[in-house]
Amino acid sequence: MKEMFKIVGVLTSVCIICAFFLSFANSTTKVKIELNAKTKIENAIAILAPATSSIKKVAFDGGTLYQLSNNQKKLLGFAFLAQGQGYQGLIKILTVINPSLGKLEGIEIVESVETPGLGAKIIEEGFKSQFQNLNVSDKILCIKDDLSQNNQIKAITGATVSSMAVANILNKKIAKLREMLRSK
Amino acid sequence: MKDFLKGLWKEHPVFRQLLGMCPLLAVTTSVINGISMGLAVVFVLFFSSLVVALIKKIVPHQVRIAVYTVIIATFVTIVDIFLKAQLPDISRSLGPYIPLIIVNCIILGRCEAFASKHTLKRSLLDALGMGLGFSWGLLLLGAIRELFGTGTILGVTIMPKIYNPLIIMILPAGAFLVLGFLIAIMNKIEQSQEKK
Repeated sequence: MKEMFKIVGVLTSVCIICAFFLSFANSTTKVKIELNAKTKIENAIAILAPATSSIKKVAFDGGTLYQLSNNQKKLLGFAFLAQGQGYQGLIKILTVINPSLGKLEGIEIVESVETPGLGAKIIEEGFKSQFQNLNVSDKILCIKDDLSQNNQIKAITGATVSSMAVANILNKKIAKLREMLRSK
Repeated sequence: MKDFLKGLWKEHPVFRQLLGMCPLLAVTTSVINGISMGLAVVFVLFFSSLVVALIKKIVPHQVRIAVYTVIIATFVTIVDIFLKAQLPDISRSLGPYIPLIIVNCIILGRCEAFASKHTLKRSLLDALGMGLGFSWGLLLLGAIRELFGTGTILGVTIMPKIYNPLIIMILPAGAFLVLGFLIAIMNKIEQSQEKK
């Protein structure tokens, strides 16, 4: 009997002490982690649409649509987070699109857990820069051969699934945005 | 001193005991991933061994594994949120492999096989030796794979322009190939030492 109390007691107290340390660590870093996520979005917008001086937030598809305008109050475009399943997990993409929704200003991968060295290359400049000024009046096509049209991007060798996922996530979200703006 | 040195060569966790294969094979696509993973493991191993060696007398035998796991998980989670807060880029590129240190058999293995049976000082030396041994294993594998797989070291191009990167080196198969060759080389060195 005494033995049993000792077992339960030790295990419980170890767990309580660990929980205490964890909550302490969590409370000291929580603000910083949220700030990192927020500055990441703002930095990405600043890079992709450098003329932005004011950002207006509206609700869109369970998330936020950022309306970007310059200091003359002229609409520069929209920014939004698009997310979906990649090869190994969630991919979150910050996208900036022009006001007529015909062309991308560029993308920034905010979060991904793709295979290091392969799918993870979607966060590299070589892949991302393909989306600058990409025509999105039609669906984005992700192909393995050389590009022939201005709505195509080239898949990363060895990471076709991740590359296709980025294109599909964007296609879906752009279609939704188009629908929302049309119904307005 | 022997407790420290054995982890670096004679009982090397990677090339001798073949422990911790999952993170080893998965994250070593580049040098920087290898280094950060290695340091995270050193930190967790050191502090887990410290705590386990301190409380070894009061932990009942029946629940020792559960207690060790809780302690290890605590330190791993601290490392994980610290990286997320301070080094978000490294945290992003290591992805799920940081939380997976919890089930890294090197750490539970050293706590169970060494720290729970030896003095605090010897346990700490053992943890440092094993951790650094694991780190140089990761570093070597990461360096070889990054050099041949992408032609760079730490992102700096080393190979001449005409070199065509071997994609297989950064694919999982490349990890097994390099590991196999490294263990073969280690065995050869060991054999020639024994002959002397």
